[in-house]
Amino acid sequence: MSSNYITDSHGIRRYLVTINVNGIDYTRVIKANVLLANFLREELDLTGTKKGCEIGDCGSCTVLLNDKPVNSCLVLALECDGMSVTTVEGLATTSSLDIIQEKFLEFGAIQCGYCSAGMIMSAKALLMKNPKPTEEEVRKGISGNLCRCTGYINIIKAILSASGQEVPN
Amino acid sequence: MGEEEGTVYPKANTVYDHMRPETHQYTQIGKSKPRIDGVAKATGAGKYCGDMKFPNMLYGKLLGSPHAHAKILSIDTSEAEKIPGVMKVITHKDVPDLKYGISPARWDENVLCVNKALFVGDKVAAVACVDEETCYKALKAIKVEYEVLPAVLDYQTAMNEDQPQIHEEYERNINTEIHHKFGDPDKAFAEAYLVRTDHFQGQRTYQCPIEPHSAISIWKDNKLTVYSSTQSVHYFQYYIAREFGLKMGDVRVIRPLVGGGFGGKLEPTGLEFCGAVLSKLTGRPVKMFYDRYEMFQHNRGRHQGVYDISTAVDKDGKILGVRTNFVLDGGAYTSLGIATAYYSGGLLPLTYDFDHYQFDLMRMYTNLPACGAQRGHGAPQPKYAFESHLDNVAEELGLDPVEFRKRNARQPYTNTCNGMGIQTCRLSEALDKIEILTDWKKKRTPGGLPKGRGIGMATGSFVTGAGYPIYRNDYPSSSAMIRINEDGTSATLYTNAIDIGQGSDTVLCQMAAEAMGYRYEQMKIVTGDTEIAPLDFGAYSSRQTAYCGWACKRAGEEIKAKILETAGFMLHLPPEDLLCVDNKIWSMSRPKVKPITFEEVAKKYFIIKGPLVGTGVYTVPRLGGYHKGAPVATSPCYSFCTQAAEVEVDEETGEIKIIHAWDVHDAGQIINPALMKGQVHGAFGMGYSETVSEQVIFNDKGKILNGDLAGYRLITALDMPSFTNDTIPSNDEPATPWGLKEIGEGSNNPTMGAVRNAIYNAIGVNVPILPMSYENIWRAIQRKKAEDAQKTG
Repeated sequence: MSSNYITDSHGIRRYLVTINVNGIDYTRVIKANVLLANFLREELDLTGTKKGCEIGDCGSCTVLLNDKPVNSCLVLALECDGMSVTTVEGLATTSSLDIIQEKFLEFGAIQCGYCSAGMIMSAKALLMKNPKPTEEEVRKGISGNLCRCTGYINIIKAILSASGQEVPN
Repeated sequence: MGEEEGTVYPKANTVYDHMRPETHQYTQIGKSKPRIDGVAKATGAGKYCGDMKFPNMLYGKLLGSPHAHAKILSIDTSEAEKIPGVMKVITHKDVPDLKYGISPARWDENVLCVNKALFVGDKVAAVACVDEETCYKALKAIKVEYEVLPAVLDYQTAMNEDQPQIHEEYERNINTEIHHKFGDPDKAFAEAYLVRTDHFQGQRTYQCPIEPHSAISIWKDNKLTVYSSTQSVHYFQYYIAREFGLKMGDVRVIRPLVGGGFGGKLEPTGLEFCGAVLSKLTGRPVKMFYDRYEMFQHNRGRHQGVYDISTAVDKDGKILGVRTNFVLDGGAYTSLGIATAYYSGGLLPLTYDFDHYQFDLMRMYTNLPACGAQRGHGAPQPKYAFESHLDNVAEELGLDPVEFRKRNARQPYTNTCNGMGIQTCRLSEALDKIEILTDWKKKRTPGGLPKGRGIGMATGSFVTGAGYPIYRNDYPSSSAMIRINEDGTSATLYTNAIDIGQGSDTVLCQMAAEAMGYRYEQMKIVTGDTEIAPLDFGAYSSRQTAYCGWACKRAGEEIKAKILETAGFMLHLPPEDLLCVDNKIWSMSRPKVKPITFEEVAKKYFIIKGPLVGTGVYTVPRLGGYHKGAPVATSPCYSFCTQAAEVEVDEETGEIKIIHAWDVHDAGQIINPALMKGQVHGAFGMGYSETVSEQVIFNDKGKILNGDLAGYRLITALDMPSFTNDTIPSNDEPATPWGLKEIGEGSNNPTMGAVRNAIYNAIGVNVPILPMSYENIWRAIQRKKAEDAQKTG
């Protein structure tokens, strides 16, 4: 955690942090209570990471922190000093989508799209750890991500297919 | 399902006509085209209202009442105004006192409470500050002096003489009272072979879209622009203009991407009204938003109710008549609840044919958050009660539930006893099919399923669009405009139909492309901006695919006529001889004429005549009966479906596991099979979730105890069963473009009944209360065991 801070005229400390987001180091001066979700959305304008509840229930703000999935609304940006974060914006390259994104499109796994970023990041974390998950493992892997539109069925299929397994569409 | 097969080209030995598509084959609809907004959503590039920012923008929050029912004696904002970064604090003195709501007879809500607060969270004041953190400091510093009044928290006793009155104009807290009688129910019941009565009780549920509500208001130079997470830009434009005495033309409402609505984002809220005032007073853009708890407080979700239903049948199991008596908890305001009330009983005669029907209802005011239109609007809980009741009736008759329903199933080209005209209907076929798909007969034979398992089913139906507009006006129901790019390489569809996730942008583009003879892949769409796109009333009552579909079809056909005229000029052939399909124009009589592309013709048109534009409009014909409330539940077309669920119940714990579910839909011509299946999955999931786990719980002071997504239990990926989708294919529905039908809400209509009937089949115990949580099931089993022990002991 950063020990570099300045104290403003109201006596509030502002810390110097450097967080690597999607491969780029960003250095910012922030208050201690800034959530990682807000750091990404407000400081970096990376609004692909969504906020649905801000208390860790819905999973919409899931990002990878040092390759592990976290609810970015439950993590202070200050804690991430020197760490690396991957958001949904970091998955696709300019020429191609991540296989999970492709499969989400192919299998109709996206409706309103508000849970999609978090869902895709949880799927990414799952497949990084377990490249050939069973259906039950996929269900568990995204059980922290709430979706109100799809009934999860096409999301589960998309993730299984992204892992290279045969799935009837 | 067979709709996705490619074009079959006939063999021929001439030059081009072997490549010419068949005139009867569709190239753009009936295909699982990818969502037009899919990539933006998958990559995080798409912007929802809460993602947007404007230079110099302020942040705003509403202050809610801490009491369920209280007089407001005074509001002191002076301390809050002193906090650095607080730009403005407003109370009822700063906002118009014109009440709003769905209909003039029920305008009962103020922008900010004037004399009384009517539920915990009722809006009392609002602040605009430089950042969100300062807003919370400001809210804490506002001093409101209340005189706490006794509150009405139980809707079932809200009409009693000893209860406090919530609204001056509504005695005994009765917001809406309905007494409908069709045919001669008394006679039907007197002549019946069997009469059975059941009592069921529903619960409060909330839509819970994953995206919280958000609005950004910019009031500048006498013009108000509002970005909002809305299901209807037109309805917002109308009510916002009315509230502030502005011309509708000076109010621009824009919908960024919307993260789910399900009925909860259909009405303007304090976010738009107070945001507008705060923007006017500060001269800066103001973003206002609800957090998750505030969403639960704002609510507008499902009404809970008690449902008494009696059915009279003859000895063959023919339903002679039905009597219903419902009491609904409306909460503190009408919201859209007057329509909910009429829908509650109005839709019940859809799936079964009976001539005698009595429908009595009271919608009560209570000091709880206002209820409104949640997916299926008013119908799902009464339908749950009716379908559960019908299984009880079938059991008493010794009839199989599917057989009982077959004997009473709605037939095509009939009228319901309450005046709804049905055109096509394939409910009987859907009943036959679900019986086969589920292996029903075997599973319902004693011993057909292992102990603890059960299978149940129910029927569903819904309006394909409300027969009357959401507020009284004489505008058409929908309109659309298509403009072709100058070089013909793309076409932009403009309409204010609203995509809230259901996929309307995609299917409307498919339909427009089909009508034009163009390609979906070349379509662009502009929706949800009252200054750019023409009127559509928006996403409610499952209306857009049909209504806006007509408008898109007509706009597309106008373009196609212009293209064919120009192509005829270019090819020296009469336009009548030309076929325009999938971006190509063919001569039907002259096989050696080389086909030309839509693109080159469109470019030629622009060079000769200027912009190539087509417009289309659709107005619902006059529908329905003449009794009070007759307009609600009328529609030009109804969808029908059957659903079944197989469950396993652990009798020791009450734990339910759902093994598999089936849906068979009479949805006419399917425009996009993948989107259609997704809608059914989501509707079933939502219905299942409502059946077994969802309930908003209050303490004895009217405060929500579980206003978060941990305490309010939505199903997760672990709870959803595997699923079978099927359809009864058709395209002969005359009232809709291409013979399509709605899908989004009818597929939620049978779910709770089907799941309840499966649970009953598994445990043989009636659990007449929602949610059928593990605890409620366990308690019902214990009660039954105790009763059985008493009987035998």
